[in-house]
Amino acid sequence: MKGLWFGAFAVSAAWPFMAPDYYVNLGSQVLYLALFALSLNLLVGHAGLVSFGQTAFFGGAAYVAALLATMAGWPPILSALAALFTSTTLAGILGALALRTTGIAFMMVTLALGQILWGLCLRWSSMTAGENGISGIVRPIVFGYEIEGARSFFYFSLAVVAIAVVCLQALIKSPYGAALEGTRDQPRRMASLGYDVWLFRWLAFVISGFWAGLAGLLFLYFHRFVSPHALSLGFSAEVLLTVIAGGVGTLAGPFVGASLLTFARYVLSGYVDRWPLVLGVVFVVIVLFMPQGIVPGLQALWTRSRSRTRGVEAPTSADGGVTG
Amino acid sequence: MFWIIQTLNSLALGGLLFMLSAGFSLIFGLMRVPNMAHGALFALGACLGYAARAEGFPFAVAAIVAAMSVGVVGAIIERTVLRALAGNELGQVLATLGIAFILADLCLVGWGGDPLQVAPPDEFSGSLRVIGAAFPKYRLAVLALSLLVAALLWLMMDRTRLGAMIRAGVDDRDMARALGIRVSMLFTMVFCVGAALVGFAGFVGAPILSIYPGLDMDMLPLALIVVILGRVGSLAGAFAGSFVTGFVYTFGQAFAADLAYVVLFLPMVAILVLRPKGLFGRVPV
Repeated sequence: MKGLWFGAFAVSAAWPFMAPDYYVNLGSQVLYLALFALSLNLLVGHAGLVSFGQTAFFGGAAYVAALLATMAGWPPILSALAALFTSTTLAGILGALALRTTGIAFMMVTLALGQILWGLCLRWSSMTAGENGISGIVRPIVFGYEIEGARSFFYFSLAVVAIAVVCLQALIKSPYGAALEGTRDQPRRMASLGYDVWLFRWLAFVISGFWAGLAGLLFLYFHRFVSPHALSLGFSAEVLLTVIAGGVGTLAGPFVGASLLTFARYVLSGYVDRWPLVLGVVFVVIVLFMPQGIVPGLQALWTRSRSRTRGVEAPTSADGGVTG
Repeated sequence: MFWIIQTLNSLALGGLLFMLSAGFSLIFGLMRVPNMAHGALFALGACLGYAARAEGFPFAVAAIVAAMSVGVVGAIIERTVLRALAGNELGQVLATLGIAFILADLCLVGWGGDPLQVAPPDEFSGSLRVIGAAFPKYRLAVLALSLLVAALLWLMMDRTRLGAMIRAGVDDRDMARALGIRVSMLFTMVFCVGAALVGFAGFVGAPILSIYPGLDMDMLPLALIVVILGRVGSLAGAFAGSFVTGFVYTFGQAFAADLAYVVLFLPMVAILVLRPKGLFGRVPV
């Protein structure tokens, strides 16, 4: 498994030398979407909390950074840090509210909380320029490294995402990660064992808000632009689909889902201009026929073929988070 | 003067919201599934009614066409997609979300991206003088219509066998099943009735809201707020929640236009802080 990761990383690192700028830029978009999906996957896959409000932190961070840079004139790196701090704090507050519920109710509450932020960015036009969004964003200089052009932005994103993968993997493998999955599967048992289920969930919500904010910053600096669409319900649904299509609770899933979605959008946009329709159909088809997502589906195939050659009975498919 | 007009506006909006969210609440209460396609069905009803009106049908006929065709669409959705995912509530929510995208995009294909205006029927165009203030007749008609719909729904829920079965299903699905009520049959009926109602509301609301891309996603959160305020599965709750939301939005718009949309959610947040357990009625949280 580790070999596969190094392989994927090596291919990604070589990508800018194999492809023209257009595709390098597509790669950067895959990366920020994947990071966003990774953050959501921590909630959906490992904590069992399906959130429709994750764009609040993604778009929230992008807006705060954009506003601080354009209106208050803060230097990019400082506004980026302030934005990360803000979105993480916001996650703390909204998490405390939303986690008074679980299950379907949690979905609905996060949806509503996300809509508040979206409404704020859309309607508070004296501050946020409403529908038009904010443009003219300058990319920060990180450790003296200037991020200009397709290649350098791709490498910058790749570095950020690699750090995120290592951190999140360590988190999931840690005792905290194990306990978090315990609260997903057996909340009452965990509570009676003395674990503070609420606190574990809240921490997951905050951590996930932090990474979502970072993904939002990548988004902002890639497009040099942000509009209320970054907080819309439609975008929330798209990210959720990324997670579910790739495979809930797997580390590779968000990358597979993000590549697929980004690629499908750009390939299809050449032929049909009906992206929401395609997205809707994909959503229904995945939920109906592949509820576990692509990565677990392939893993099941892999183990089955291996066990057949060894003559061992394959374990029945592991229960996916979505079907739960 | 200002107060009278704004109060009437609030009441008219509240009436419209009730027609929007009554079906959402019943479906949520009975099936435990928030129908994410509810806003899209609202928009679809508006579009279909618009088409019927363009063919020269009278306003009332167009409204009935909208209600019936959206009702059929609802029944088909329940019978095919939701039935295939029975017992998997998360999957059902996601599937209705996918359907919402599909329906909204179909509306865009069929009716284009420019906002469409629907003229109110002739008898209700123009305005009426209410205690010295001019107020559009049509909004008063919508308010009256919503009260009529509420009364009919109440009769259905409280006085008919079907209503009793639905209430039993909302209260305790398994017990209702054990008593021999075909709950899955109820699912289809409630989904169909809820869809018809929201399709009707979509067309009736069109002269006030107009029809535009994004109408679906504007309406869905409103239905959600109403249902959170009024408890899931309760018609009386949806009724009260609709008028509260109507007032909050109208007066928010009047006093702080920039933040009206945010203000709309404040009662919901307050309830969330104060009594989260009662938030969704009998839906397990």
